[in-house]
Amino acid sequence: MKTSPVITIAKRELGGYFASPIAFVFIVIFLLLSGFFTFMVAGFFENGEATLTTFFVWLPWLYLFLVPAVGMRMWSEERRLGTIELLLTMPIAAWQAILGKFLASWAVIALAVLLTFPFVLTVNFLGHPDNGVIFASYLGSLLMAGAYLAISAMTSALTRNQVISFILSVVLLLFLIVAGWTPVVNLLGQWAPQWLINIVSTFSVMTHFASIQNGVIDSRDILFFLSVIVFALFTTSVILHSHRAG
Amino acid sequence: MIQVQNLKKVFGPKIAVDGVSFAVKKGEVLGFLGPNGAGKSTTMRMITGFIPPSEGSVSIGGFDVAENPIVAKRLFGYLPENAPSYTDMTVQGFLNFAAELRGFAGKAKEAAVERVAEMCFLGSVLAQSIETLSKGYKHRVCFAQAIIHDPEVLIMDEPTEGLDPNQKHEIRTLIRRMGETKAIIFSTHILEEVEAACSRAIIIDRGKIVANGTPRELKERSQTAGTVTLVLADAYGAFDGSATSVRGKIDNLSRVEKTVIVAESPFTIRVFPKANPDSSADDLADALGQLVVDQRWPIRELRREEGRLDEVFRSITLSDREP
Repeated sequence: MKTSPVITIAKRELGGYFASPIAFVFIVIFLLLSGFFTFMVAGFFENGEATLTTFFVWLPWLYLFLVPAVGMRMWSEERRLGTIELLLTMPIAAWQAILGKFLASWAVIALAVLLTFPFVLTVNFLGHPDNGVIFASYLGSLLMAGAYLAISAMTSALTRNQVISFILSVVLLLFLIVAGWTPVVNLLGQWAPQWLINIVSTFSVMTHFASIQNGVIDSRDILFFLSVIVFALFTTSVILHSHRAG
Repeated sequence: MIQVQNLKKVFGPKIAVDGVSFAVKKGEVLGFLGPNGAGKSTTMRMITGFIPPSEGSVSIGGFDVAENPIVAKRLFGYLPENAPSYTDMTVQGFLNFAAELRGFAGKAKEAAVERVAEMCFLGSVLAQSIETLSKGYKHRVCFAQAIIHDPEVLIMDEPTEGLDPNQKHEIRTLIRRMGETKAIIFSTHILEEVEAACSRAIIIDRGKIVANGTPRELKERSQTAGTVTLVLADAYGAFDGSATSVRGKIDNLSRVEKTVIVAESPFTIRVFPKANPDSSADDLADALGQLVVDQRWPIRELRREEGRLDEVFRSITLSDREP
């Protein structure tokens, strides 16, 4: 059985994450921080509600720094090592390499998110939560992570420097978050017309994540995250190509 | 196997490669020579499809690299400049990865990895992480990935850069051996390499091909090619004459165009033959030998110069740069 190049590349990439401490460090920090925010800051126990809202509400912010930390090396490392020249002269299409690397990084993040399952057990032990809502929230958070990651992939294709790639990615993501964040929307509301606010907040991950978090799996929200992923990965291929074209 | 047609690459205002055309057949080893920054790597990258050319086309085994990249890429192996590899992987893991991307699976994959590990003497480090290896080993790992599918075409950018003399020799021997059945192109700025491994050489300077021929043909373009050098013991008293009289006697030979005294001690004189189609360097050497015997000069050396590649290289790549 011949393995698809996408799988081969994803496997190699995953191996790379676990050969270095990156994956472990990421998972541990993610779990520590999400635990800290959920229980200490948001007051999971004090609320007396059988929901995981206190966990999910922090995710867009936690992802803001942690997802670029995973994605920053995706292409910049290839460019720094020069292995991009090997990879892209193999008999494969560029999109296969882009997709393979993306899927591997996504899997690392997904693993970290799924390792928060003790939260689900805890809330089920303490009360009777709506597990449908929790499931929808997990799905939404994975999609959101994918969208963040695709943008990190894009910025990492821009430079061989991982730090620059990280910062660019955080700044871009910050725009995507605050565009629909309530304090910003209220601020805009003081002078901007309603239609403009609507357009701006349509581009925000907050708006789309919020509705999924409420247990509403709307095809428009899923479509939003998927289109961000497709668009950012397509841009990645354009950047990689134009970079080589000089 | 390799057809390069009018290749051109422009980076902003700079023309890196300017109208390069050549072809490499099966059984040929083409050395790609040039000073640093002459456009060697850029040309190689265009041949392998890594960067698209601004103009012109490349075909490998009849497949256009731009139009049919995946088919064309299957036919060649590529060793990029500085021999990059995924340093966090083990040698085995990296070769498996390369083999899988080349479409090998199962037993065939194992066999392919085993074959190149043996060819490149990597057997002892297969389980080692690449970052722990010395430069020579890293180089051979990347070389191994280039030949893992036993390609018909092999493209190598400075395959011996940074290796020690023994490793250089190994790689050259490998190239020459593989060159019998494959079409090989490799770039270098080490001239001895060209003589050691190439059947043909191209010199490129500022993006243009300035010379193209067998190493022998190129050497013949050297100023000293075809001259004869005579070295005598410097004890003039031991034979009848001085530098001037020796020179005079040589100048009187019918085949001699002119002589140049290269060194006084030991007395070394370079003799240029008359530009005459039926008088070769061999005839001139014969005549000089006869003269030495007749005069009973204490001879140390008498040799025909084949010309030197470095001289040709310098004169070609520097000629129009002088003010």
